[in-house]
Amino acid sequence: MLKLLLGSLLRRPPTLRTPVADPSAQEALERRLETRERPCLGRSLAIRQVDAGSCNGCELEIHALNNVVYDLERFGIRFVASPRHADALLVTGPVTTNMREALKRTYDATPDPKWVVAVGDCAVDGGVFRGSYAVTDGVANTIPVDLHLPGCPPAPEPLLSGLLALLEAGAEKTRD
Amino acid sequence: MIASYHPTLSEYLAHNPGVEGHGPWPRVHLVTDTWLALISRLPLSRWDLLAEWADGDKVMAAIRDDSDGAVAVLSLTTQDGRFPSLSHGWPSASRLERTIADLSGLTADSLGDTRPWLDHGTWPVQHPLGAATAHKPGALPLPYAFLPVDSEGTHQIPVGPVHAGIIEPGHFRFTCFGEAVVRLEDRLGYTHKGTETLMAGADLERAARLAGRISGDSTVAYALAFARAVEAATGTVIPPRAHWVRAVMAEMERIANHFGDIGAICNDVAFSLMHAHCGWLRERVLQAAAACFGHRLMMDRVVPGGVSCDLDDAGTQRLRDLVRQLRPRFEELVTLYDSTPSLQSRMLTAGVVQPEWVRQWGTGGFVGRATGRSFDARRSPGYEPYSQLDFTVPVRNEGDVNARVMIRIDEVHQSLSLIERLLQAMPPGPIHTAIVSADAPNSGNRHGEGVALVEGFRGDVFVSVRLNANGTIARCHLRDPSWFQWPLLMAAIKDCVVADFPLCNKSFNCSYSGPDL
Repeated sequence: MLKLLLGSLLRRPPTLRTPVADPSAQEALERRLETRERPCLGRSLAIRQVDAGSCNGCELEIHALNNVVYDLERFGIRFVASPRHADALLVTGPVTTNMREALKRTYDATPDPKWVVAVGDCAVDGGVFRGSYAVTDGVANTIPVDLHLPGCPPAPEPLLSGLLALLEAGAEKTRD
Repeated sequence: MIASYHPTLSEYLAHNPGVEGHGPWPRVHLVTDTWLALISRLPLSRWDLLAEWADGDKVMAAIRDDSDGAVAVLSLTTQDGRFPSLSHGWPSASRLERTIADLSGLTADSLGDTRPWLDHGTWPVQHPLGAATAHKPGALPLPYAFLPVDSEGTHQIPVGPVHAGIIEPGHFRFTCFGEAVVRLEDRLGYTHKGTETLMAGADLERAARLAGRISGDSTVAYALAFARAVEAATGTVIPPRAHWVRAVMAEMERIANHFGDIGAICNDVAFSLMHAHCGWLRERVLQAAAACFGHRLMMDRVVPGGVSCDLDDAGTQRLRDLVRQLRPRFEELVTLYDSTPSLQSRMLTAGVVQPEWVRQWGTGGFVGRATGRSFDARRSPGYEPYSQLDFTVPVRNEGDVNARVMIRIDEVHQSLSLIERLLQAMPPGPIHTAIVSADAPNSGNRHGEGVALVEGFRGDVFVSVRLNANGTIARCHLRDPSWFQWPLLMAAIKDCVVADFPLCNKSFNCSYSGPDL
């Protein structure tokens, strides 16, 4: 026990320092807020992740947000098991035609007000799979998207900055 | 009783000359009679089906003889779009042949299961790799006829395609008697992106990027298999250093995935401490990858002709330090795993895979090796630089969740040691050589078709490419190890309780995107 306590004093915690909210994401969200009336999220965010046909690279990095280094939950952001519990959908993949209906139904099952974040180059515009008969070239062609976080896949730190921007945008609205 | 003599694959094919320009193993073009004779031999042989796909009006099958490791590709020109099914000798051929029907429109005669597999009726085209006729998709995906269960008192649990966790989409149909699973059937194809169609006509750079995105967790393995197939097709000899840098990346990918999955398996039995620690170890590997190779998952770093970035002295030192730090930390976790009865009680005897299934399906990876099948593509057929390195392939016989975890623990140890030795003995020199297409002057290029078999963290990845004269892709087929692992998961869960499914599923960790293509 002593060894453990001593070790904890000497070792730095693995947790990453709080990254700043992504300014370009903030800007995009502000524009979005001007066009659509969005009630606030407060200081917490429940996310339902939907893989709409990704290569699973994005999932690996979204998973990493939960590890001890990025520790997403310290910011009040957490992943939930059902769209019915969610404030936001985090959608990856180019949206395959085979997943399109499931994505629509997941969106419909998410209570209003809801936000949609498209994660990864595929979710933005189809990425490398753009133009294929089996994909629909990005999330926005199926459901309305509030924020795009590009990357192939986006690393956890920029993902975190983007989600913090979403949190800020919701909180700022409260003060208005 | 005198055992009858069964020829090896090489002996069997000795009288059939291989097709020109196929490397590194022969492609033998058969007539229907020989194809039929081959099928009749399958039940007696130790030949495993590596892959089956269609190229134009031809159906192709890659076969590996488990007795001596010889690999050959067989091809057959279909008659009116039909060919004799291989599914009676190899049950694993069934889904491959359903996929051939969906993508190319060629049909396997006497195939028992003719339900569409990847085609859910939502594409604006039918048979995209074949005649590619326009098709008006319905408003909804087509319903799927799940296999029936004839019994009173059973109920069904449909799960997916959108799952509760952060995982890929697929549908599982449980039929249960109380808590016990009577039958589980998977329906996949939700992540089908038409990758092989996108590859046709693509230049090598684009095709390599696509290959690296078949299954993101195995991006190095796929890029490596694709690059090796292209190099075999063009007769390219890459600089020695490139082989070694590739192997460092491949072993890092293996370790990162094993860390993540060992933690996640323990998390599924509510032992989140292991999950937290393993997650941190995985993160360290990915951060080192980003520092040394410029990308956390090392995407697009293995390219045809070599690698796109070198490992400098600082990188080498960083990886040495990484291995030195990971080893004692991981050792502590293994001790914790071994000495926690609550973990053992859930993992021992859960989700047992029978040796017979592994043999029949030619299942590779830790699923095969946890059930007594020692196949590891790094060893047989083997490739550079592993042929110069001494390492053992861990094998266990229990076939349960615990055995699969133990195999992965052993593989982490081994990969750590491999990385150390790779860094130690890495030859200096260039890391890339240009791929010369067949129509270039003095190319001396005799080939045009190549295949490769590479060991990813999940198992053997098979890639076949046929190149156009200008060096673009004519046809590329990529076969994920999960094709031969998913059906075993469905069988292993039978008679288990529903609550054991997440655990068993995680212990397999099959790819969705890989086989969905």
